[in-house]
Amino acid sequence: MNQVLTPPAIQLSAVALDKTYRKGPEEVNVLRGVNLDVRRGEFLSIIGRSGSGKSTLLHLLGLLDSPDIGEIRLEGKRIDHLPAKTRDQLRNRVFGFVFQFYHLLPELTVLENVLSPLMIRYSSWEYWKRRKELQDKAQEMIQEVGLSHRLKHRPNQLSGGEMQRAAIARSLVSEPEILLADEPTGNLDVETGKGIIELLNRLNSERQLTIMMVTHDEAIAERAQRIVRLSKGQIENIRERAAG
Amino acid sequence: MYKTLLCQRYLRTRFIALASIISVMLGVATMIVVNSVMSGFSSQMRDRIHGLLADVVIESHSYDGVSDPDLQIRIAREVADDYIEAITPTVEVYGMLNFNFAGQWITKPVTLIGIEPEGKAKVGPLRSFLDSYNPVYAENEISRKALRPDSEQPNWNLSKDAVEYRREKIDRQKWYEEQLAAMEQAETPLIDPAAATVESENPEGAMPNDPFADPFGDSTAANADSEPADPYALMDGRVYVGVGLVSYPYRDPETGKMKTMMMAKPGDDVKISTVTAGRPPSHAAYQATIVDVFKSGMTEYDSNLVFCNLDELQEVRGMLSPATGKRAITSLHIKLKDYTQASDVVERLKSAFPPDQFVVKTWEQKQGPLLAAVEVESAILNVLLFLIIAVAGFGILAIFYMIVVEKTRDIGILKALGASSSGIMSIFLSYGLSLGVVGSGVGVVLGLLFVHYINEIEDVITWVTGRKVFDETIYYFPEIPTAVHPSMVISVALGAMLIAVLASVFPARRAARMHPVESLRRD
Repeated sequence: MNQVLTPPAIQLSAVALDKTYRKGPEEVNVLRGVNLDVRRGEFLSIIGRSGSGKSTLLHLLGLLDSPDIGEIRLEGKRIDHLPAKTRDQLRNRVFGFVFQFYHLLPELTVLENVLSPLMIRYSSWEYWKRRKELQDKAQEMIQEVGLSHRLKHRPNQLSGGEMQRAAIARSLVSEPEILLADEPTGNLDVETGKGIIELLNRLNSERQLTIMMVTHDEAIAERAQRIVRLSKGQIENIRERAAG
Repeated sequence: MYKTLLCQRYLRTRFIALASIISVMLGVATMIVVNSVMSGFSSQMRDRIHGLLADVVIESHSYDGVSDPDLQIRIAREVADDYIEAITPTVEVYGMLNFNFAGQWITKPVTLIGIEPEGKAKVGPLRSFLDSYNPVYAENEISRKALRPDSEQPNWNLSKDAVEYRREKIDRQKWYEEQLAAMEQAETPLIDPAAATVESENPEGAMPNDPFADPFGDSTAANADSEPADPYALMDGRVYVGVGLVSYPYRDPETGKMKTMMMAKPGDDVKISTVTAGRPPSHAAYQATIVDVFKSGMTEYDSNLVFCNLDELQEVRGMLSPATGKRAITSLHIKLKDYTQASDVVERLKSAFPPDQFVVKTWEQKQGPLLAAVEVESAILNVLLFLIIAVAGFGILAIFYMIVVEKTRDIGILKALGASSSGIMSIFLSYGLSLGVVGSGVGVVLGLLFVHYINEIEDVITWVTGRKVFDETIYYFPEIPTAVHPSMVISVALGAMLIAVLASVFPARRAARMHPVESLRRD
């Protein structure tokens, strides 16, 4: 709110988001009028207690869900009301997702998992034609996260950290503009978690990738450039961390 | 691309899917086997009916028939000569067949068909039905070779074996009579002339316990009396009798196998009673020699039809016009060059043969109810069998539903990665299709193999259970007839695939409608 920024720098914004979930007979008001602007190339973390609505905010921003009231804007254009097909494409091309439980497809190998966004993007014919190029790209991405020795392994043969790295490689292979990470370290030990955050930091600085990370861990949140604190569905404060 | 990949992986990793493949496979295989055997039986049956009748039959309403067969044939040729390959005149009338077996007279109601064998052989495959032209099988091996060469025209002469049999029989009969006479002379020096006549007329009555007694003692005796020159001469009447009329099946008490007991054989004489063509009709009877036994495989025919020589039947029935000396016939059997034109020919013939005197029908029309019954039976059976595949379809539905529930999280992931609802749906639809394709593919192969080796399989089952599954003496087939129609195989396979896809529509729609966030939360 108090951050007045130059308009072109704002990449993604949430405008007066309201979201209510129905849990049996009860209605849970998860988000209540959230406004948030995300700058291009910034590493933003959203912190809050369980049930504060931080994951929901991330889902709304990533078009996994649509708000009851309010708008999501990408480059100043409203995107949450677009037809399902267009939103599917935006999810595939603009956003990359990393989840707490990695969410790799158990039937596929690491390489195939990483390739899956590209398989979704291209038709079978086009994928077949460009498979060499796409596979190279996926391998390159896997190398970047340090999993080259695990190409043909299934997710159940990997450790937690390795799975998360694979998931990050998958989210990066489609060259997204914004990476949405939902508790990426939530299921990992401190040391491994640190490695993942370092990887995210590196991607942020090297690729100018916009990263939004949801976490409940203060120490992890501190690694971001800006920290948004959510409480009871509203933004409590936004804090800028001194660059370092 | 991800659709194919995932669908293929699900196929390979979900063993539960194997269950649905197997049920589709079994359904398809069963349908193919049953259909092939059914159509094998039915086409055999059609062949048999067709063979005994003729492509087209012109019948007069009256048993008196119509005079001058040559004229009738000319009329038929005039209107449809281009279509007709052969015509033969016949007389059809009801009658009674009497013969003596093991000391008692057996009487059977029959349909007498007076034919000229050469002419009848031209309108239908008469040879293949006559016993003497065909080898006899027992235990899948030839136990008796054909008695006549295929080149021999069907005729009213006995085969060599039958001539021998007849000679032996008559000789034995004579010997018995002589012995009997000698015995009687020795025992009763005072001959009672009345008793002697009875004895000579009915010798088997005197020896009811002798299995070798000649059932036709009376006729041979009469024959011998009238023609002392050749005691072995045949009767003027000659017949081909249906096998069902002169035989009965029984179980061999030693081996437990079904066998056929012949009550009369070629070479034996029978007595035939029928009605004359006069007004009013009166009774007429004559003696005839069995020349051959025919076996069409249709019980209806084999236990009802007697083919006899046309001229003798016409004479006995008084079907000769005293004024012109022309004979009368009751029907014409016609063979067409091309059976597909039958209805056309029937129309043409109808115009020449007035409906108040004649009925013109194709063999299919004549056998309409029977053929329709077979068709209905096969249609109902198909519906029932298709239900098997439908059951397999519900199996697929249930299994898919479970797989969708199990894969909820993965569906959420795919949606988060940008997969569209239709993409998700097509994963499961193509999964269903692949199950259908694999299941019906294997089913088709299995079914065709089963049909191909059905007789070997039957042998094995017989060997294992010790009971004959397919008894050739009951069905008249040396082996199980099958006919595989490619169109049937294709439609069964396509039907199974369609059912598999239809069954996966519901789970696939459920998968497609899943909300990404809710699916992802399932942990």
